[in-house]
Amino acid sequence: MHRNLGTEFIHVMQKRTVVKILLIFTLVFNVANLFAKEPEKGDGGKVNTKSEIDAYIEHHLQDSHDFTLWSDGETGSHVGFPLPVILWDNGLKIFSSSKFHHRETVAQVGEDYYKLDHGKIYKTDAAGTINYDEHHHATNVKPLDFSITKNVVTMIIVGVLMLLMFGGLARSYKKGALPTGFGRVLEPLVIYVRDEIAIPNIGKDKYRKFMGFLLTVFFFIWILNLLGMTPLGVNVTGNIAITVCLALFTYFITQFSANKEYWKHIFWMPGVPVLMKIVLMPIEILGTLTKPFALLIRLFANITAGHVVIMSLIALIFVADNVYVMTPISLLLTIFISVIELLVAFLQAFIFTMLSALFIGLAVQDHDHH
Amino acid sequence: MEIPALVGAGLIVIGAGIGLGKIGGSAMEAIARQPDATGKIQTAMIIIAALLEGLAFAALILGK
Repeated sequence: MHRNLGTEFIHVMQKRTVVKILLIFTLVFNVANLFAKEPEKGDGGKVNTKSEIDAYIEHHLQDSHDFTLWSDGETGSHVGFPLPVILWDNGLKIFSSSKFHHRETVAQVGEDYYKLDHGKIYKTDAAGTINYDEHHHATNVKPLDFSITKNVVTMIIVGVLMLLMFGGLARSYKKGALPTGFGRVLEPLVIYVRDEIAIPNIGKDKYRKFMGFLLTVFFFIWILNLLGMTPLGVNVTGNIAITVCLALFTYFITQFSANKEYWKHIFWMPGVPVLMKIVLMPIEILGTLTKPFALLIRLFANITAGHVVIMSLIALIFVADNVYVMTPISLLLTIFISVIELLVAFLQAFIFTMLSALFIGLAVQDHDHH
Repeated sequence: MEIPALVGAGLIVIGAGIGLGKIGGSAMEAIARQPDATGKIQTAMIIIAALLEGLAFAALILGK
């Protein structure tokens, strides 16, 4: 417990230090700006850099049909590997995303032509024309897209990794009570989820059934959050479709394991006047939906915000007038935010699991009548 | 005159800041009074902070 308090304290201190350093750097940057040479006006070079950075950040936040590790802006070459594109358009169409040549060309599959536009695949003619309506939405036919995208690949990798990690941990118990190898790192984490998250929220006699889900969700989110901080450039938990799915799991598990008491409290709240019961019913039904909604928004927004902050801080180098002053500042700020993001990566996984356990606990617990 | 969305974002952040400050402050007082219950207080604090944060994020995203 005292250790928890310690980390909390360090966390607060870190925040303060970051604020101080931010202030100092703002001052330094402003002074450095005074001495920096006036940017040449009229050529629009700076504006272009800014919009380029915006486009780059937006592109990073989105899912992609190829796994690009890095690109060379000058030669226009990309380092990475293509991924399979799977489309349902009057039959199954499978081809490699290298046919798109990084969103530049039209892919020809049999007699059909497809083109990527803002991360979405559209059916086009041979020239690749995409028609827009007045709201700048493409009006072309959109085939159903089941592609193995960058996010899907990352999730499969994490799935396999977790299978290996926890399969190994489970097997090591057959040999003895003590886990061996990497299992020694995992065992305390599993026990932490059981003792700090599952048992206090769900209850000692009912928690076992939900441990599988809670552990999976905890490690899945945590590992994906941590992968998002590596230079691989993946952003899986910062994708709203994935957080929606995770929250839906919690929602359905909560609803389907709920007992009679839970439904009674939603549809016919005991202990209040009849008029109040009728007023409370829609509110309670809405309440079951807002809980997972808050869950999905929180994870998505936190991770997206973290990625945007880190990338914006790195981008400071490119918009600065004096690169030699800005680079160390940007680097230090990025390191500080990265350390906080490491904490956030764990915290968000913890919160998601914790609140899932709490919602499940509310649905399965026996209400003792006073 | 149209009020820019950033003003709304600022208001949301002010509200969330006040809320988090109150939660943190009360938790600190509670821990000072009952150091033995630190773990329980912290857990409750994090849950309430997370709920508040979810609300603030929802407002920020819906307002965008």
